[in-house]
Amino acid sequence: MYDAPKSLETTLDQKTIKITARDVQVYYGENHAIKDVSVDIQANTVTAFIGPSGCGKSTFLRCINRMNDTIDICRVEGSIQLDGEDIYDKRVDPVQLRAKVGMVFQKPNPFPKSIYDNIAYGPRIHGLATSKADLDDIVEKSLRRGAIWNEVKDRLHAPGTGLSGGQQQRLCIARAIATEPEVLLMDEPCSALDPIATAQVEELIDELRQQYSVVIVTHSMQQAARVSQKTAFFHLGNLVEFGDTAQIFTNPEDSRTESYITGRIG
Amino acid sequence: MPVLWLVIALLAIGAVGYILGRGRALKSAGGDIRKLHSLPSYYGWNAALKALVPALLLLVLWSLAQPFYINNSVSGMIGDSEISDGSNRGLVMAEVRRVADGLDNVVAAGLMSAENAQDGLADVAAITQQLKDAGQVVTSEITQPVLAAAQRYRVMKGTGNLLMSIAVIALALAGMVWGVKESHFDFWARNVVERGIKALLIAAASIAVLTTVGIVFSLIFNTWEFFRLYPAADFYTLLEWAPSFSGRGGSSDLGILPLLWGTFYISVVALVVAVPIGLFAAIYLSEYASPAVRGFAKPLLELLAGIPTIVYGLFALLTVGPMLLTVFGDDGFGWMSGGRAVMTAGITMGIMLIPFVSSLSDDIINAVPQAMRDGSYGLGATKSETIKQVILPAALPGIVGAILLAASRAIGETMIVVLGAGAAARLSLNPFEAMTTVTAKIVSQLTGDSDFASPEALVAFALGMNLFILTLGLNVLALYIVRKYREQYE
Amino acid sequence: MTNASIIPPGSAPEPRHGSLTTADARTKKRNAAEKRFRMYGIAAIAVGLIFLVVLLTAIITNGKSAFQQTFIMTEVFLDPAKLDKKGDRNIEDIKKVSTFGYTPLLQNAILAEVTDRGIETPLTKAKDMKALMSASAAAQVRDMVIDNPALIGLTVEFRILASSRVDGYLKGRVSRESVARDKSIDAEHLDLTDALREAGVIAKKFNLSFITGADASESRAEQAGMGVSILGSLFMMLVVLGLSLPIGVAASIYLEEFAPQNRWTDLIEVNISNLAAVPSIVFGILGLAVFIQFAHLPQSAPLVGGLVLTLMTLPTIIISTRASLKSVPPSIRDAALGIGASKMQSVFHHVLPLAAPGILTGTIIGLAQALGETAPLLLIGMVGYIASNYPDGIASGFLDPNSAMPAQIYEWAKRADPAYYERAWGGIIILLVFLLTMNLIAIILRRRFERRW
Repeated sequence: MYDAPKSLETTLDQKTIKITARDVQVYYGENHAIKDVSVDIQANTVTAFIGPSGCGKSTFLRCINRMNDTIDICRVEGSIQLDGEDIYDKRVDPVQLRAKVGMVFQKPNPFPKSIYDNIAYGPRIHGLATSKADLDDIVEKSLRRGAIWNEVKDRLHAPGTGLSGGQQQRLCIARAIATEPEVLLMDEPCSALDPIATAQVEELIDELRQQYSVVIVTHSMQQAARVSQKTAFFHLGNLVEFGDTAQIFTNPEDSRTESYITGRIG
Repeated sequence: MPVLWLVIALLAIGAVGYILGRGRALKSAGGDIRKLHSLPSYYGWNAALKALVPALLLLVLWSLAQPFYINNSVSGMIGDSEISDGSNRGLVMAEVRRVADGLDNVVAAGLMSAENAQDGLADVAAITQQLKDAGQVVTSEITQPVLAAAQRYRVMKGTGNLLMSIAVIALALAGMVWGVKESHFDFWARNVVERGIKALLIAAASIAVLTTVGIVFSLIFNTWEFFRLYPAADFYTLLEWAPSFSGRGGSSDLGILPLLWGTFYISVVALVVAVPIGLFAAIYLSEYASPAVRGFAKPLLELLAGIPTIVYGLFALLTVGPMLLTVFGDDGFGWMSGGRAVMTAGITMGIMLIPFVSSLSDDIINAVPQAMRDGSYGLGATKSETIKQVILPAALPGIVGAILLAASRAIGETMIVVLGAGAAARLSLNPFEAMTTVTAKIVSQLTGDSDFASPEALVAFALGMNLFILTLGLNVLALYIVRKYREQYE
Repeated sequence: MTNASIIPPGSAPEPRHGSLTTADARTKKRNAAEKRFRMYGIAAIAVGLIFLVVLLTAIITNGKSAFQQTFIMTEVFLDPAKLDKKGDRNIEDIKKVSTFGYTPLLQNAILAEVTDRGIETPLTKAKDMKALMSASAAAQVRDMVIDNPALIGLTVEFRILASSRVDGYLKGRVSRESVARDKSIDAEHLDLTDALREAGVIAKKFNLSFITGADASESRAEQAGMGVSILGSLFMMLVVLGLSLPIGVAASIYLEEFAPQNRWTDLIEVNISNLAAVPSIVFGILGLAVFIQFAHLPQSAPLVGGLVLTLMTLPTIIISTRASLKSVPPSIRDAALGIGASKMQSVFHHVLPLAAPGILTGTIIGLAQALGETAPLLLIGMVGYIASNYPDGIASGFLDPNSAMPAQIYEWAKRADPAYYERAWGGIIILLVFLLTMNLIAIILRRRFERRW
């Protein structure tokens, strides 16, 4: 049954495995969107999912914190385990899961509230703060980790929607961090940003690796090469190749990966 | 029906114009359609429109202006001494018109000869009797000046109608001739016709503005009349509403405040019923319900909106009122003494407003981008937390707008309060007491027997004015808020 | 990125969360709140639907009895000695006999039914039968005799209306307790009614004249029908359709296809959206002031009602027409313009026909709204008028005073006799049948012709 890609064994190092996916199938109604995907995601590592549009990388990402539950026609088979627990188990509350596995979206989506309330939202619903001072502390810490504290510390009560695109996205990352997740999923977090903002976010992602497992879906191969240690290449709903980023980009095993990286498909 | 015949004559002229215009254009091109600038029918339409439009316009304007002119000149025949105490010129003129119409009808029925009806020396009493015998509405004994004025009125009306017919037909013929003469193969008929049609389209679109102007003028004009007879300060400050039905002015207390209080109280009850139910229904339908439930419950709820208000009025009067009475009446809590009460009208109105609130809120909740929901779910929020802390705050301006629109509906609602709220104006806090509203009093003051010139009737226009301003203000504010809200997410 | 450097590098945090499969206390609480919230939603929908059910039940249970009426089946001897004293069957002489001449004949006939069947009753006089039959019965027999004088001298089977008290007794509205306070009928009459019902002389039958008949005076509830006011509504709807459809379509075409972006257009647009929300009673005030006081159009006439309702419906029709014009894709317009059609031609030849089903649907829904509207009609005098005569022709249908369905219902609801309440509910059933039919037509039209671009 265990059918991990070959490269997996060779690249396993001392780091613990956070997420184990085996034979994951996703259907949108009749459409078989993800086929037989098995992958291991390590702690304290940035894993990048790359591949052409519609290859299923975002769909698979959304399976990891069960965001696909909000789509009626979506059906997931196979097993995805987080720290050895099946997240699709009937007893699992998706709400608890999502507290553990945070997500940052393609388009910055700050709530129409103040910057402070945006960050405090997660801690409040999960009851992470015991006092106002506690909450202030969490907000400041998260904004610092989101690398945006210096820019917003004087206007914490201004609306979050008033920030620039790059600031909004870092605010959203800070918001995701504030709930103290263990895994951070990022769905093309830089696709709506300009190059300078992209650079800032990428720098942030690299720093986040210290504390979280980060999974990032990206369209840009350069970005994957810059920020990730592991790369998974998806094509037409299949996981074609998974391995160290350096190896995938310099010496891919599969011809489809090579074609994509060299720009012949995509 | 001379006007009907006149219109038929105009249409005939238009048709003739169409045929002639089309024929002449074709002839000028030697029967070769390719030589024409436009299709032949455009030449026909050109002539027809030129015949019809100005003539019809003249017809309408003349019909509006003629009564004015006649009224003014006939009114001069009646000296101030003829106007008895407690009456006024308007009432006497109404009597003059009634007599004139009565004479018309009697002559038309063949009960009186035309000469007799116009006889300046006719016996007033005899004519009065003849009119009464013929079943015409003549309220009092006709006096000599009134009869003379009525006869003059008839003469002027007759000549006026004749002149109008002549002028209108002449104008139509002139227009037709002009249009037909123009019909030549190199005349740009299509462009002219299209410009004409566009003018008609603009005229149609302007009717909305005209309607508003009509509303505003009829309200302002009559409210002005009212404030000349009754002090505006009293109207806005008196805490009493007690119109007298016998005397003309003076003895009535016409304060708007008790009516506004009733309106406000009933609207608040209605909103207390409609807003939570409507809002929660909208939330459930848009966020929780499966497509099947939504497809079933939404149209059923909206059925409530398609039911006419008279049905709700009857429901309030005959079902809700008695039902409340059994619980809160003398056999129950003893708070309620009759079926008509603030609660009766308010609850019924609330039921009527449920679909209004829910469909507006549904639209507004759906306008909140999915990204907001994703952002919240992605942080591990439950559905209800997402709704309460993200979606509702985001949708708040829109929902406030929807509630304002519902409030404006409640304030302007008439049938439910006429049947369910009662007739007594009261400044009370007990919601089980009967109270009355601005709309209910507009109806009762204008459907009674009092004449239109008395303050008791004119007050309805002042009430209407305040109602109009109040609802207009709410609507403008609500539409502005909703529009701003929508722009935010577009 | 100086502000990110406070994170101690490399320190993998302790797992901050427990197992996924065991909900902690807080999650349990949150999930309970979730369930509660969901219940509020379900409760709101349920309350809304319950209101709907209560409303419909009230209408049907209270209104269905209006479609049945109690009749007395009896054979009446048309006594020549009373109806045609001269015996020469001269129609003018027969017409001179008023309904008072017929009443005794009917009373005798009912008394005969009682005595023939040997029913025991203290009511032995012919006059005692008066309380059983409608005051309209004599007129019914008289009309029939005047139509056909040859009937005089014969014994003819008649089905006459029972009085509204007898009708109410059979329908459960009148009880022995309520009769005790009633001057027009006694408990003995109710006993007699029971006996006659068993004998088959008195029975409830389907009441067609409720649908087709005219309104009656306050004391003859058993005779009142909706027919004339249905005609009044029909004439009003003709006015509304004839005016609001062309004007509404013309206005929408202008606003959607031709209007430049300027202040006048803005003004029109703001006006239309505000007019749609103006209370209907204000339109009644407008109608009263402009059409009746100023233009001296006849009061209570369907023409005036139609004009007022036209102004009220226009915004609805304009809004829906503009929506259907907007849904025609611009490529259609471009295609027409591209082969040299004028703007006007492209609109009238291509866009308008494609938008027609949507326009029609919107118009029907606007008409349905106008059909149920009452408040403006109150102010132009369509209430208080007793619609007891059918219009003589088309012109009289538009210009003669009449009522309208909702106004008739209101009129009945105001009357003191509870017998009229049943008729008001019944009238509502008829009104709702009309509305339902119109809405169904609109839905079918939409389903049938709706085009997805």
